[in-house]
Amino acid sequence: MELLISLIIGALTVSGVFLTLRGRIFPVVLGLMFLSYAVNIFLFSMGRLVPGLPAIIDDTQAGYADPLPQALVLTAIVISFGMSAFLIALALKLYSYMGNDHVDGEQLPSDEQLSVLTRYKKKKGRNKS
Amino acid sequence: MISASSISVFLPVLLPLLGGIILLLSRFVGTKIQQKISMALLIILVATTINSLQSAIQNGVQVYELGNWVAPFGIVLVLDGLSAMMLLATSLLAIAALWYAISSKIDIKGAGFHALFQFQLFGLNGAFLTGDLFNLFVFFEILLIASYGLLVHGGGKERTRAGLQFVVINLIGSAIFLFAVGGLYGMLGTLNIADLSVKAAEISSVDRGLVMAAGFLLLVVFGVKSAMFPLYLWLPKAYSEASAPVAALFAIMTKVGIYSIIRVHGTIFGDSFGEYGFFYMPILLVLGMVTLVMGALGVAASKRLGEQVSYLVLVSVSILLIGLGINTEESLSATLYYMLHSIIMPGAFFLLVHMISIGRGEQKDIFVQGVSMQGKILLGSTFMVCAVALTGMPPFSGFIGKFLILSSALGSDLFWWVLSVVLITGLIIIISLARSGSLIFYNVKDIESSSPVTMNIKAYLSIVFLLSLIIALVIFAGNVVEFTDMVSSQIYNSSGYIDAVLGTDTLKGVRQ
Repeated sequence: MELLISLIIGALTVSGVFLTLRGRIFPVVLGLMFLSYAVNIFLFSMGRLVPGLPAIIDDTQAGYADPLPQALVLTAIVISFGMSAFLIALALKLYSYMGNDHVDGEQLPSDEQLSVLTRYKKKKGRNKS
Repeated sequence: MISASSISVFLPVLLPLLGGIILLLSRFVGTKIQQKISMALLIILVATTINSLQSAIQNGVQVYELGNWVAPFGIVLVLDGLSAMMLLATSLLAIAALWYAISSKIDIKGAGFHALFQFQLFGLNGAFLTGDLFNLFVFFEILLIASYGLLVHGGGKERTRAGLQFVVINLIGSAIFLFAVGGLYGMLGTLNIADLSVKAAEISSVDRGLVMAAGFLLLVVFGVKSAMFPLYLWLPKAYSEASAPVAALFAIMTKVGIYSIIRVHGTIFGDSFGEYGFFYMPILLVLGMVTLVMGALGVAASKRLGEQVSYLVLVSVSILLIGLGINTEESLSATLYYMLHSIIMPGAFFLLVHMISIGRGEQKDIFVQGVSMQGKILLGSTFMVCAVALTGMPPFSGFIGKFLILSSALGSDLFWWVLSVVLITGLIIIISLARSGSLIFYNVKDIESSSPVTMNIKAYLSIVFLLSLIIALVIFAGNVVEFTDMVSSQIYNSSGYIDAVLGTDTLKGVRQ
């Protein structure tokens, strides 16, 4: 189980890092989410992986699963959830200002497909003139 | 049990939290009343932090156990000299920033400014007071989410763009912070900073590597917060795009990173960590010098005054890093003195930049020939005072701070490096600021502006207030240095802090 969990954490972190280094907002948001999943599982496993044990000390059981990391993960999940929501809202705001979804807000010349909004604006401008 | 001394520990956290909630609920009573509530709250906060400082000087390290849970099982708030000093500096800076925001009508450009401002203070004060590593993470998130709101407050294209980049880099920082926290908990089984220090001292040599890796991760996180090279690229844009009072308040944000390095690394990876104690200090020293060079080049290359001041924030951070990295009791004391200066001074400068850019009208704060502005003699002299103080020229506190840091570096191996880097970058900064000053105030067209803006004297008062604090820092330099000496010896003898948090021997027996 340890190997499986560590592979999952590793895969999530790698994809998270790769995606956060992209130039567009959507992959960056996805990457940040992957990173936060990876860190949540990592935090969780830091209380040691023990199957089938209660989170409180019980005389009839051989041991207990550490409840503190579970509480930490809960806090971390809530925080990263709120942050992601805020980030997406901000990204949408930037999209409406810039008309593209680049992190720098600049349309690259290599972009073949114009974004929906720019196309809409162009159409509107043509209609006016 | 609530005693007078425990009030001085938790009130600086509780007051902005309650204030923020009240201000959120009082949205419908109108801005006038909100402004009054906000200002009154800050005046009470200043009084509270003065009380905390006094109590920290008189009674040493004080601990408040939340819900009466004994450390390390519960979360504790710890008030010592360092946190009391940061609390007072924060509240003084905040009151000037808020006064400026109200009197220049920046706070009514969007909703919720006052509530966000209070939550920002809640996060800052909490980060300064908490004695628990995970709690530090939570307070970091609180101050960050409030700062995201404040940064994009008022809206606008450029501001949103800078805000997005600021949010993304800080989210990555948060993820790394959690990795570090998880690593430390997995290895040491605790999150209380004092208890972590005890456990880290007893760690076996097999596990030491992992603990140090977590320590390095924490250094990266605090490096992002304090804008250490190579993690500073977010700073100039974010600070120069934020509205003036927000940028002034943000002057404290980079110092939160420095504070966390002193508190967390100094306690856990200090003397008690054995042969690898203070392993991060040489890194801080070298990175501080690199940051200083990059900051000075940024100051020279800036195209706008706001950008230039943002790079000056970077310069002040790097001098703090150098002071930390020298790693003696005297250098830490000097660093703390410089910290006070570098919290207040960039704040005043950001406010001044805003006044200048309003006065110049169309040209804003861009370095091009402009028209002559209203109140140019007053603003120009203030600019000169600010520039002289921020570059560390006598007779202001920047000079005293830099001088103390350099004289404490005398024993360091890298003394000549430190000396030459600090002095040469100082020269570059002086020349650049002289150039910007003459461009803005002397190189003006003869015609009067078509629509002259009268100077906002009421808003100007907050700059006067901050500058008078700087002058007080010079006049009472002896007393302040005496205090920072006390604080620095408190930090270097971290056993006092640990004993205060973990209680006396009886409790230690229970823990083992």
